[in-house]
Amino acid sequence: MSVAEVEITRKAVERGARGEQVRELAFRAALLFSVGFGFIALAVLLVDVTIDGASLISYDFLTKFPSVIFPERSGISSALQGTLYLMVLTAVFIVPVGVATAVYLEEYADRERWWNRLIEVNIQNLAAVPSIVYGILGLAFIVRQPLSLGPVVLAGALTLGLLVLPVVIVVSREAIRAVPSSIREGSMALGATHWQTIWKQTLPGALPGIATGVILALSRAIGETAPLILVGAVAFVPFNPDPNPATGQYSAIPTIILSSVSNSDPEIQALASGAIIVLMAILLVMNAGAVYLRNRYEQKW
Amino acid sequence: MAEASLTTAGPSLNRRRTRRSVGETAIKVVLALAAAISVVTTVGIVIALVRDTVKFFGEVGVGEYLFGTEWAPLAGGDQQSFGVVPLIYDTLYLTGVGLLLAVPLGLGSAIYLSEYASARARRLLKPAVEVLAGIPTIVFGFFALTFVGPEVLKTLLNLDVGTFSALSAGLVLGILVLPTIATVADDALSAVPGSLREGAFGLGASRMQVSLRVVFPAALSGIVAALVLGASRAIGETVIILVAGGALPNLTADPREPMQSMAAFIAQTASADISTQGTEFLTIFAVGTTLFAITLLLNLISIRFVRKYRQVYE
Repeated sequence: MSVAEVEITRKAVERGARGEQVRELAFRAALLFSVGFGFIALAVLLVDVTIDGASLISYDFLTKFPSVIFPERSGISSALQGTLYLMVLTAVFIVPVGVATAVYLEEYADRERWWNRLIEVNIQNLAAVPSIVYGILGLAFIVRQPLSLGPVVLAGALTLGLLVLPVVIVVSREAIRAVPSSIREGSMALGATHWQTIWKQTLPGALPGIATGVILALSRAIGETAPLILVGAVAFVPFNPDPNPATGQYSAIPTIILSSVSNSDPEIQALASGAIIVLMAILLVMNAGAVYLRNRYEQKW
Repeated sequence: MAEASLTTAGPSLNRRRTRRSVGETAIKVVLALAAAISVVTTVGIVIALVRDTVKFFGEVGVGEYLFGTEWAPLAGGDQQSFGVVPLIYDTLYLTGVGLLLAVPLGLGSAIYLSEYASARARRLLKPAVEVLAGIPTIVFGFFALTFVGPEVLKTLLNLDVGTFSALSAGLVLGILVLPTIATVADDALSAVPGSLREGAFGLGASRMQVSLRVVFPAALSGIVAALVLGASRAIGETVIILVAGGALPNLTADPREPMQSMAAFIAQTASADISTQGTEFLTIFAVGTTLFAITLLLNLISIRFVRKYRQVYE
């Protein structure tokens, strides 16, 4: 090879390497853009909502009833209390049922049996059923025959509970699985029964994980709008929910947002952004609680 | 004396054992019943949907429903029509617009999280992506109607869109499913063993080549599962389209036109002031069955793909 030829080859190799570097840089930039896009969208969304609704937030906004006739003096009291009530009732339903299902699947179920596999696939599938379909279920069986509750807050809570049950089950199972088997074996070796071991050792060890899962499930439940449309939540309710969960009309924050956002009157539309801020604040507190629980009580075995 | 106490202790111990094991069995039965609630839920959903769908098809022909291209169940007299094609078309169209945005960005995020980000950045970014997934869909609907439509599409991009458009609803639908695709695909990419990467780096491949030509194909079944799951979420989404899509089932290729998905139609009809006895109301169940069947099919496909990649690497 002549000197000139070597020089040409060297340049070609360098060019190739430079091309490679450029491609690598462009690829990295594209990836960063992808990750950034979600966060930029989130930031824009939060700023947009805050600009529209921050001026509405006041003590009156939280304690007055919504009004279509006087939107400027309107509050979201009935929706806020309805959402909190829904949350409590949903928790009462999903905690025992969700944890019991998780304990059964992790500690008792024989995976060779077809019915246990059926339950597992079924839960996986339920997690991806559209929320509006749960609304149809609630309308058909909880509001109407055979439960015949009517469009009351209990019907809404049961429907939301069924919707988020898979979340509780999946997270609780993970938490139970994370408790090492040496703990169970130690308990059994000391003469404890299967259930005593679960109740005194496994569940306390899994508690932080389960609590996190329940909070996540509840934060999903109170943000749901679609099923509530079918099970009778009403937007502009001029009174707080009845203490008896099986009587009376109820409202919820997502319902009032949905109803006011589509209104042609800008003052009513503004109600939506105020209600969104309240909803996001509740979710923020719940998620911060979940993170705190996870960090404070999570055990490293 | 000692013998006597032994003989009396024997049966009492036994009795305690049996009482204990009766209690243990009872607990197992109670737990199994709780687990059965999930199966009852599925059965309930199927019965709730099918029962009234059968009633619906007593009044409307199956062929008219499945192949009719005019969906106007609330219209009066001769105008009334029950062809579901526009609703299915609009649902898939909106999902397509969403995926056009969410697939590249979601997969890009997943590759970044799994192949490029440092362990520390990953610990911060992953929960942050999940925060995006936790925002209620009604907030996204508000965003589509009051910001993406008027500010981004109309003012910034100077597009000729009305208050309601398939484009604004579809794009926000994409933002909604982006975190789903990103986290599920990230799980799949992260499950690919490090030895594959090390082998490729050892042969002189760049990070991009490793990501795209080694890790990505190795995780393909998990990535397909992520895409199918994202599509299924978009198809079943109600509120974004209800708020920002406009209540008009529309057989058009123009994304600036309003559109209505199946789920949005159900919500709109359920809140409309109509008789709960008529055929109009039964459409809720017929469209619900159609929607449930489509998402069920997609979910089963996605579960199968997830199982496949688990089998390979776990």
